[in-house]
Amino acid sequence: MEQRAANNKLMLKLLGFALGSFAFGFALVPLYDVLCDLTGFGNQRALAQAREATENPDDSRTITVDFLAELPSVGNWEFRPLVGSMQVHPGRLYATEFIAHNLTGQDTIAQAVPNIAPGRAAGYFRKTDCFCFTPQKFAVGEQRPMLVRFIVDPAIPRSVDRITLSYTFYDESTRVASLN
Amino acid sequence: MAHEHTADGHHDHDHHGPAHGWRRWVYATNHKDIGTMYLIFACVMFFVGGLMALVIRAELFQPGLQLVDPQFFNSMTTMHALVMIFGAVMPAWTGLANWMIPMQVGAPDMALPRLNNFSFWILPFAFTLLLATLFVPGGAPAGGWTLYPPLSLQAGDGFPMAIFAIHLMGASSILGSINVVVTIMNMRAPGVGLLNMPLFCWSWLITAYLLIATMPVLAGAVTMLLTDHFFATSFFSASGGGDPVMFQHIFWFFGHPEVYILILPAFGIISEIVPTFSRKPLFGYDAMVYATAAIAFLSFIVWAHHMFTVGMPLAGQLFFTLSTMLISIPTGVKVFNWTATMWKGSLTFEPPMLFALAFLFLFTIGGFSGLMLAIVPADFQYHDTYFVVAHFHYVLVPGAVFAIMAGVYYWLPKWTGKMYDMKLANWHFWLSTIFVNVLFFPQHFLGLAGMPRRIPDYSTQFTDWNMVSSVGAFGFGLSQLLFPYLIWKCVKSGAKSESRSWEGAHGLEWELTSPPPYHSWTDPPSREIVARGVQH
Repeated sequence: MEQRAANNKLMLKLLGFALGSFAFGFALVPLYDVLCDLTGFGNQRALAQAREATENPDDSRTITVDFLAELPSVGNWEFRPLVGSMQVHPGRLYATEFIAHNLTGQDTIAQAVPNIAPGRAAGYFRKTDCFCFTPQKFAVGEQRPMLVRFIVDPAIPRSVDRITLSYTFYDESTRVASLN
Repeated sequence: MAHEHTADGHHDHDHHGPAHGWRRWVYATNHKDIGTMYLIFACVMFFVGGLMALVIRAELFQPGLQLVDPQFFNSMTTMHALVMIFGAVMPAWTGLANWMIPMQVGAPDMALPRLNNFSFWILPFAFTLLLATLFVPGGAPAGGWTLYPPLSLQAGDGFPMAIFAIHLMGASSILGSINVVVTIMNMRAPGVGLLNMPLFCWSWLITAYLLIATMPVLAGAVTMLLTDHFFATSFFSASGGGDPVMFQHIFWFFGHPEVYILILPAFGIISEIVPTFSRKPLFGYDAMVYATAAIAFLSFIVWAHHMFTVGMPLAGQLFFTLSTMLISIPTGVKVFNWTATMWKGSLTFEPPMLFALAFLFLFTIGGFSGLMLAIVPADFQYHDTYFVVAHFHYVLVPGAVFAIMAGVYYWLPKWTGKMYDMKLANWHFWLSTIFVNVLFFPQHFLGLAGMPRRIPDYSTQFTDWNMVSSVGAFGFGLSQLLFPYLIWKCVKSGAKSESRSWEGAHGLEWELTSPPPYHSWTDPPSREIVARGVQH
């Protein structure tokens, strides 16, 4: 019977271990964000916020910025950049526009999520103004251009000569409605 | 064995043989009965998963879409993996653990017999649920066994069923592992020390800890998928601030230890078989134990090598490349120790030894292609191609599956008290070994040439090697039919086997009669028996 008590005790400890592992799986979610914040890698939050920047042009360098627009879940919208790409000098402020057209047949609120490739350029791409900072409301059939202003930090590594800025529009109607 | 009783409804299993009829199996608490059920279950699932593989290979026999539609093809790749990993290989290991660990450590049974019954009987329900997804609207999961969102979320009614099936499989293996740990830690007979118990027990002890540490993480990850799909959370949905790449991190935090869960018990079995048929003690027992522990530790810090192409900082790439390559050191220790065990031994080549030698050679090929995949720039080319398919099938089929076969051929005479048909077993070995190479070796070439995995069609330049591979697949699949036939024939009409079925075999299991009594080691083995049994 001593044996049995010892077995049950160890079993309970191991069950506790298993529960701890289950909790650890969920703890990885905030840990992942912490890691992204620390390294700045793939950090969507920083990309989706306005950053202060001062002009400090380095006209000796030219970088190509490509613009992409994607629509996985918002349904029947048109969404495209006004120009496909721009030649920019680091440290100079630029502006461009993306155009969206709501063809869904109903009022829609959508949130654009930005992404920068290559990842190592993300920390040097500063947006002073962007339609991705807030949810965008579009009435039925509404079409309008949306502004983005950006500066590429002159400290960006020499090896980067091409940056892709992409936006993905997500339907946020239900989520935003539930916040109000 | 004690006398057979016939009184119906009376089963006092402390003193008597097995209960009769279905009660023996449904109410089973005997480790040998439960081990047998696990092994039969694994064998059935091996053929179910094999059938799915043959659907894949039949479709890929020639370019174009001819037999199945692409959605079903993708279901087949997904289900084949889930069935083989969770239904065939893992239950086979648990079955072998159930049969062998109590006999090897001199214990009367597993430590927690009722829990043991529960762990097994979860499995048929889990797999009924999983296989039933084939018949619901939307079909079975088709986004790959790794279940990456958002693709895996775009599934039909089968999605929650598959998630719950994974929960159940996880629960089953966690409970089974707890039983193994408690048995090994608490139930060893006097004189059986941690550092002289058989390596099969050691490798299973470490595997059990890996399972307890990682299966709950998988359960967490699939639970997040479930709530993302049905309860509007956004763990992995970018629109709500989540990140699909995070799923890959969490999944592979489970997934990489999982691949060692599939292979460590194989290392244990090979470490028993090679010394037996070399008639020499295992070379470097302590080094084997430490190497296994080192592999288990390293398995927790290499997960991101499965996802180099999603992008990560240079420091991350370097870390995961180097830590991955580090694993080849303890693995190399093992391969060298097995080879050193054979050095100047008196080798004979009975079927278990043949399978063990094939394991040694072919698993090492899989290990080498793994090293190639660890190199980031090379991985960018190999990622998601048939090269990866060839790599993990080399470590899993002539690796894990051959080791299971070797274990069954090694202990079958012990379990049944009868020797199987050696000639037929040799046929099974040679057909399996030849066809497994015809099946998987050409996939290296296909992958290097750029053929992507999980696609039902391919460019015509890949045709020749795909045909060869498909021929190998059908050859391999059909040769496996010999295996259950051979076991059936052995049980039915095998020649009587002695207690020590193999001349060079050492270990407490060989000190018992063949077949062992229904309740073995009810009195712990004496010091002399232990001393004879644990020598290494």
